[in-house]
Amino acid sequence: MVEPIIRLENIHKAYGKDEILKGISLEIQEGEVVVIIGPSGTGKSTLLRCINQLTVPNKGDVWVDGVELTDPRVDINKARRHIGFVFQDFNLFNHLNALNNVSIGLKLVLGLTPEKAKEKALLELDRVGLKQKADLFPGQLSGGQKQRVAIARALAMDPRVMLFDEPTSALDPELIGEVLEVMQKLAREGMTMICVTHEMGFAREVASRIIFMEHGVVVEEGSPEHMFTRPQYDRTREFLGKISELYGKQK
Amino acid sequence: MTETFTGLIPYILTGLQVTLEVTILALGIGFIIGLGLALVRVYGSKTPAQLIAVVSVIIRALPHILLLLLMYFAIAALVNLTPFWAGSLSLAIISSAYQSEILRGALLSVGSGQMMAARTLGMTRVQAIRHIILPQALRQAIPAWSNEAAIIVKDSSLVYVLGVPEILRKAQYYSARTYQPFTAFIAVAVVYFVLTFLTNRGLCALERKLKIPGQ
Repeated sequence: MVEPIIRLENIHKAYGKDEILKGISLEIQEGEVVVIIGPSGTGKSTLLRCINQLTVPNKGDVWVDGVELTDPRVDINKARRHIGFVFQDFNLFNHLNALNNVSIGLKLVLGLTPEKAKEKALLELDRVGLKQKADLFPGQLSGGQKQRVAIARALAMDPRVMLFDEPTSALDPELIGEVLEVMQKLAREGMTMICVTHEMGFAREVASRIIFMEHGVVVEEGSPEHMFTRPQYDRTREFLGKISELYGKQK
Repeated sequence: MTETFTGLIPYILTGLQVTLEVTILALGIGFIIGLGLALVRVYGSKTPAQLIAVVSVIIRALPHILLLLLMYFAIAALVNLTPFWAGSLSLAIISSAYQSEILRGALLSVGSGQMMAARTLGMTRVQAIRHIILPQALRQAIPAWSNEAAIIVKDSSLVYVLGVPEILRKAQYYSARTYQPFTAFIAVAVVYFVLTFLTNRGLCALERKLKIPGQ
């Protein structure tokens, strides 16, 4: 049994009396692509944020790549370097052009020289097909381009895992494809990914596992084949049915 | 008329250097203190942040001339400073209260996602503030700050009451000596107008120069 690259043990998170996560445990192996689905307000994003400690769980352990991030002695800044995170609303640094958005972490966090950082940043922008947009600022890019720069920014840090928090939810429908394409390519290259998304085409095609969450717990999980054709619970079937109606038909 | 040009203008302009020095010191030191206060209020722990908020409210509630006199006598009781330095420092402290409000608003105007994204890359909080938040917040602050700069240009005249020989005091000396108050004070009015006008123009140019493309 290979040690999982991400291990969550009994994660609890509450905001005041509002219990968002009610004891979630999860193991993810290197190279897996896990898609998390579920109604909004179910704690999917909170769970993702607990992995890199953007949100600190009230209870439970988070292990990434053999390091326990919930251990207060761990240097969280060091641990986060290699956990890529992509936000729903991109969060590109507004005052920096695409190139510097990608290179700033390389310079400040990884200590690369400006020349090396620029070289690597251009390579990463090329990987998402935006090398020719390197000089443009976030305000000059389309939503899809912004998200691809955000993915390049995360990839530049050579992440061991990539976390995607509804990466296409803020995009116009015709811009979703270009972002999914980049994500699909990444999955094929063997990147370990956890994606909160309702893009069922993506899930069907590249997920090794789909997890259905509701009310802070995992209701059901399994291969796409299992989840789409013979889910164990009615609630899973009902949700997947609804979501496929809304988003599903495209490829 | 010739007497005005040969006598009054050079005489008043000898005070111009003092006026500029007081303005630059008050704005500069006020900026450094104000930025520190704003950072504590936005990113610091609760108690110091609340303390600063209270002091800021008090300072902003009182007339500047009253504060200047209070601080001048407080400073004079503690250390031996010239009226020039005591006045400049007092104005700096007064300005820091206003500047901290301007900068606090600017810091808060930078969306929380920027900090999150920076931390996600592994930046420390300090790195994120220094390299991600401040460059955006300071750009944001320029219009409101240029207003404060114009106020301090004019407020530099308050050190007059401490006997600092800036342009207003020079004009008053001139008026007392020549019995030509209008000539003297109108000349000073022109100087202040030019100063505030140039300050605003300069900061507008800076704002344009630093504008982020696409925003």
